[in-house]
Amino acid sequence: MSVAAVTEYRGTPKDTQDQFHGAQLTYIGWIDHLMFCAPFAFPLPPDMPFGAIVEAVLPGAVGTHPDFASIDWSSVEWTKNGEPFTPDLSASLADNGMRHKDSLTFRTPGLTGVKGSST
Amino acid sequence: MTTTAAPKKLGLKERYALMTRGLDWQTTYQPMEKVFPYATYEGIKVHDWNAWEDPFRLTMDAYWKYQAEKEQKLYAIMDAFAQNNGHLGLTDARYINSLKLFLTGVSPLEYMAHRGFAHVGRSLPGVGARVACQMQSLDELRHVQTQIHSMSNYNKLYDGFHAWRHMHDRVWYLSVPKSFFDDAITAGPFEFMIAIGFSFEYVLTNLLFVPFISGAAYNGDMGAMAFGFSAQSDESRHMTLGLEAIKFMLEQDPDNLPIVQHWIDKWFWRGYRVLTLVAMMLDFMLPKKVMSWKEAWEIYAEENGGALFNDLARYGVRPPLGWQQACDDKVHLSSQAWSTFYQYQAAAPFHTWVPSPEDMDWMAQKYPGTFDQYYRPRFEHWAEREAAGDRYNNGTLPMLCQVCQIPMLFTEPGDPTRICYRDSVYDGERYHFCSDGCKNIFDHEPEKYVQAWLPVHQIYQGNCFRPEADPTAADFNPLLEVITWYQMNVGVDNAPYEGSEDQRHFRAWRQMTTSNA
Repeated sequence: MSVAAVTEYRGTPKDTQDQFHGAQLTYIGWIDHLMFCAPFAFPLPPDMPFGAIVEAVLPGAVGTHPDFASIDWSSVEWTKNGEPFTPDLSASLADNGMRHKDSLTFRTPGLTGVKGSST
Repeated sequence: MTTTAAPKKLGLKERYALMTRGLDWQTTYQPMEKVFPYATYEGIKVHDWNAWEDPFRLTMDAYWKYQAEKEQKLYAIMDAFAQNNGHLGLTDARYINSLKLFLTGVSPLEYMAHRGFAHVGRSLPGVGARVACQMQSLDELRHVQTQIHSMSNYNKLYDGFHAWRHMHDRVWYLSVPKSFFDDAITAGPFEFMIAIGFSFEYVLTNLLFVPFISGAAYNGDMGAMAFGFSAQSDESRHMTLGLEAIKFMLEQDPDNLPIVQHWIDKWFWRGYRVLTLVAMMLDFMLPKKVMSWKEAWEIYAEENGGALFNDLARYGVRPPLGWQQACDDKVHLSSQAWSTFYQYQAAAPFHTWVPSPEDMDWMAQKYPGTFDQYYRPRFEHWAEREAAGDRYNNGTLPMLCQVCQIPMLFTEPGDPTRICYRDSVYDGERYHFCSDGCKNIFDHEPEKYVQAWLPVHQIYQGNCFRPEADPTAADFNPLLEVITWYQMNVGVDNAPYEGSEDQRHFRAWRQMTTSNA
């Protein structure tokens, strides 16, 4: 529906990719680990290899969680915008089909947070 | 000789007729639709403005007199509180953080309500509604002023009060109440009446004011309590106006129902999301607790709100979409919110803490079946880390909901272990939401919400630095720069409560009042 207005009403999006100085936004949430209250937002270069998310991006965000050191990255299950997703860690974000403001989750089977509380 | 009897004093009814309804006129130099250009575009049909009922029948002259009397009493109490060092009678300095939250998050909304009702009062063609809106507009201005005055006493003594107006337009969590009111004030006059007059002032107001004012009373804050009492009679008038507005719209034309129902759905959800802040204040921020959020929700929403919607059913109105979800989430909301502020302490101008073991027991008793299972392990883990000198701070910015602008912290209905994700693609761009409620609001008017100023995205675009900041410098710390741009005193306002200046000062000053040390 359109906005009820006295004249034609158009909004200008404030979050388009061209406003992020070459980066694209990627959201990442760790399933069963709600000590991190919400998924994270990261501005990432589209030509960055997906593997850098695992090696360089996530350690800074969630590395102090007691489960982090136990993650077996080969068994991690990813989703992208709610759909199952198998990333190629050596390919870039763009070549993995990642677009601006895509939302990833990852589940770490067997790891369900502090005392199994999804914390 | 004849004597003329002294003219009788006008009765309330006559006075109202002459001094409110009698002040209106039909314009002749300009057509009425040009004088009231916003009266029809929302699609609300009004056939007879004379059918507007004003149960209070208050006239402007009486209004000024009552308000002046209340003001005199209020300022006498506030002065006494200040002169007697009333702040040292508080239960604990942790209480003061609920005032910081209120001053930065709610008081600026009172000012926006003043502007909103002034605008709507000018825009409605009916004189009864116009005068009622004018009074409410003045009330709201008085409320923001008295709140500032009652809290300014604390500014001299405690941290985090100094830049509330500056912060309201910038700080991440304040974009939640700010965008809520910006949304309302940019709507048409009838939507504003449903948004603020009905949904906020009638359905949700008790959930905001009772916790705040009772919290003040329970924790020894006479200043804030006196303000609350002074505002109380205004609030009942506001509730009456909101209820009259919705009944009037529904009675005027059956075509108004679907429009009004959509506004009820939208503004219940928008208001409920803002109340997340109140939930955490009740359960975590008051040293001496009044009631739990769950208990407050049951009384003021489920019982009172339930009765209201039963009453409105005769017009064909149903309870708002999202009502059931809000009722189900009452056992999770406050813990999820406080967890968020605890971990983003570095970016908030008030102090946070891990609840004490006694307070966690209180939560477990108030929230049987959820607190111990989902939230106690989280707080105990953080307490252990604090004891080990490793307090958890989340240094990565969160994903936000495009509509309510709250971090995506809310869980899936029925599953408190899963974050609730919703999204829509509009005009080639993907937008994310925390709930069905926020997604529905976006999908109905995407052009309005694509413009959202989401703090996290604005920070990443580089729009939240001071002009003199140099992002190319080798030692540039973007998050520290953002906090500085917020005008927080870094390491003071945004520090954990344990070890804070507030905690230290309060202890020392109280010691001085009770001993010779």
